[in-house]
Amino acid sequence: MSEGATSAAYWLPVIFIGLMGLAVLVYAILDGYDLGVGILLPMGEEDEPQRDTMIASIGPFWDANETWLVLAVGLLLIAFPIAHNLVLMHLYIPAAIMLVGLIMRGVAFDFRAKAAVGHKLAWDRTFKAGSLTTSLSQGYMLGQYVMGFTPGWQAQLFSAVSALGVTAAYSYMGSAWLVLKTENELQARSVRWARRAGRATLLGVLSVSVINPLVNPTVFDRWFTYPLVMFVLLIPTLCFLAFIFNDVLLARMPKSNDRHSALPFTMVVIIFLMCFIGLAFSFFPDIVPGQLNIWQAASATASLKFILVGALIVIPVILAYTAFSYRVFRGKATELHYH
Amino acid sequence: MLDTLILSRIQFAANISFHILFPTITIALAWIIVFFKLRYDQTNNPVWMRAYRFWVKIFALTFALGVVSGITMSFQFGTNWPGFMAQVGNIAGPLLGYEVLTAFFLEATFLGIMLFGINRVPSKVHTFSAFVVAIGTTLSAFWIIALNSWMQTPSGFEMRDGVAYPESWLAIIFNASFPYRLTHMLLASGLTAAFFVAGISAYRILKGDPKRAPRLALKTGLVLAAVLIPIQIFVGDLHGLNTFEHQPQKVAAMEGVWETERGAPLLLFAIPDGEEKTNHFEIAIPKMASLILTHELDGEVRGINEFPGDHPPVAPVFFAFRIMVGVGLLMLAVAWGGCYLLWRRKELPRWALKTLVGMTFAGWVATLAGWYVTEIGRQPWLVTGVLKTADAVTQLPPSHVGFSLTLYLIVYVILLYAYIHTLKVMALKSVKVEEFETQEPLAGGSLTNLPHSTQKSTKGDSQ
Repeated sequence: MSEGATSAAYWLPVIFIGLMGLAVLVYAILDGYDLGVGILLPMGEEDEPQRDTMIASIGPFWDANETWLVLAVGLLLIAFPIAHNLVLMHLYIPAAIMLVGLIMRGVAFDFRAKAAVGHKLAWDRTFKAGSLTTSLSQGYMLGQYVMGFTPGWQAQLFSAVSALGVTAAYSYMGSAWLVLKTENELQARSVRWARRAGRATLLGVLSVSVINPLVNPTVFDRWFTYPLVMFVLLIPTLCFLAFIFNDVLLARMPKSNDRHSALPFTMVVIIFLMCFIGLAFSFFPDIVPGQLNIWQAASATASLKFILVGALIVIPVILAYTAFSYRVFRGKATELHYH
Repeated sequence: MLDTLILSRIQFAANISFHILFPTITIALAWIIVFFKLRYDQTNNPVWMRAYRFWVKIFALTFALGVVSGITMSFQFGTNWPGFMAQVGNIAGPLLGYEVLTAFFLEATFLGIMLFGINRVPSKVHTFSAFVVAIGTTLSAFWIIALNSWMQTPSGFEMRDGVAYPESWLAIIFNASFPYRLTHMLLASGLTAAFFVAGISAYRILKGDPKRAPRLALKTGLVLAAVLIPIQIFVGDLHGLNTFEHQPQKVAAMEGVWETERGAPLLLFAIPDGEEKTNHFEIAIPKMASLILTHELDGEVRGINEFPGDHPPVAPVFFAFRIMVGVGLLMLAVAWGGCYLLWRRKELPRWALKTLVGMTFAGWVATLAGWYVTEIGRQPWLVTGVLKTADAVTQLPPSHVGFSLTLYLIVYVILLYAYIHTLKVMALKSVKVEEFETQEPLAGGSLTNLPHSTQKSTKGDSQ
């Protein structure tokens, strides 16, 4: 094999794990807020107008948000087919449950607006239940992944904590989104949700951060090796500061003239980013922790090159028209009436 | 007790059958909607806008079902068919990847603008969004048909240590059966959408809708169907000839030909018997199969028995093929008869409207039957000559697959019921309410997903 081919064989998997990581992160942030909105949906009879506004706030976006999941799974499938097989074989049942959750919430979204009025509440319940099922199973799968799919009650317990943690995190994201996109009573309500969800998320992040290095010795070594420890501990520190800052900020919201309403959402994005970097740092270059690294799992160089060309052209375009869409739908999603 | 292989096959069939129902409608409905919008832009006649607004809502519902059932598909390969990705992942992966990258994001994002942005973007941008969504749905069909065709007639690759490596992407994408299959599928989508639009419009008129919008939509659907069906029959014939050349076993099963013969008869009906390798109760037209397949009365048609252990089960392929062709001929009769009546009388009689309502989902039947022909017809191979279906299946215990299959089946039954029921509710609602706003779009307007927001305008504009 020529020199160039060897280095392509080295770099292509790295580039693809980067792209996949980007897709996972963008998915967690984007579908995170719309799953969160679904989880937070208040089910009282008098809450119907608020439900309408909440769902309207994610209406133009949810479909594209979910596509990032398809992209992430697709990249795993394309670039690391062996890992895709291994991961999904272990996660067969939770993945099936998550898919049913995604199906239910996706269709409930359209059915609630179009079915007979009498069925609207049933579809709202489906939407909430589907969102909850999706985020719980995603959290559970994250837990299983971090534990390297080891059997035993410890792994199950950890996965349960992770399921609750991810659900709390999505609610946090969802409520911060609502603070940005709504006004008046619903906004005040969202601020309260955000504070509570934020504290629950902090608890989840703390427990995962403590348990992960304790059960994975390699992760422990990686984090707590001098002198790197001086730098890498910046990640949890920044994350923690963002939590505190956001909590203090939310205590003073909503402010007059809707000042700073985008700030909580930005903070949660930073928290997600830090958690993501933390996880990536723990495991890179393993794609299945402790079992398989990205070079062992990568597919043929020719295939990766072919798809990379497309990805490098298309992903910036996708980001551009996604930005366009968010620009079109900027501002509040509140009262719905014709002008 | 069913084993993992058969359960996984049933699950894949259930998932893909349920999924294809919705893209089959949306691929072509997207273009019909663009047509309505363009007509409105041209004529400024609000009736086109009303047709547009009604069908966009149905499009959105159908599209959502397609999206969520499609997500399931992207997981299937890894969960149930690990051997597929392990052996041909180098080929299948990039094709699927290009579908996500070039089609899924495009349609999802611009659908958002198309559905919710009517008051937020200028009319031209809105038309453009509808156009981009239509491009996206068609591109999506392009990539997935490329992959499926490659699995039927693989080319442009080489095998090293049991793994397929790409040699020429052009040869992989534009493989022998691709142009026929793509055209056949796009036309199938056009016919499905045409009968779907005509059927629901006929239902509205039957329920006493006096407005002009459903009549225009009905005419659009009928004319489109009448134009497409003869083209589809022609293309279907070409596709059959292509299959005859590359996958003779499949054609033998479609025609129920057991022994190789010259001047093979065309079986109108028969019950193929896989045990005894013969047909019962044959009703046949002499020499017709040879004439159709080889364009000679005495042309040779190779029989199933020439391919021992390397041919599909005959009965399902044989019957599915007859169902597809039968529905196709019915479509021809209804579309041309309907157009003739429309031309002579301007308004369809009730019995004709009822026939159209009965044909609303005819495209589903024909499309599913056609896919069963081609997919069962490829067995026992998953990728012809490269990978057998049985070698690709997961090692999971049957109970796991049984669990997920049960879960999916329950969900699919509920959703299919809810979908058809909701179409009915939407059609009935539109009979009573003039629900289509035709104001000039305003920048900075509001989101419009709520049911009451669409009912505000009741100006009683009697078109």
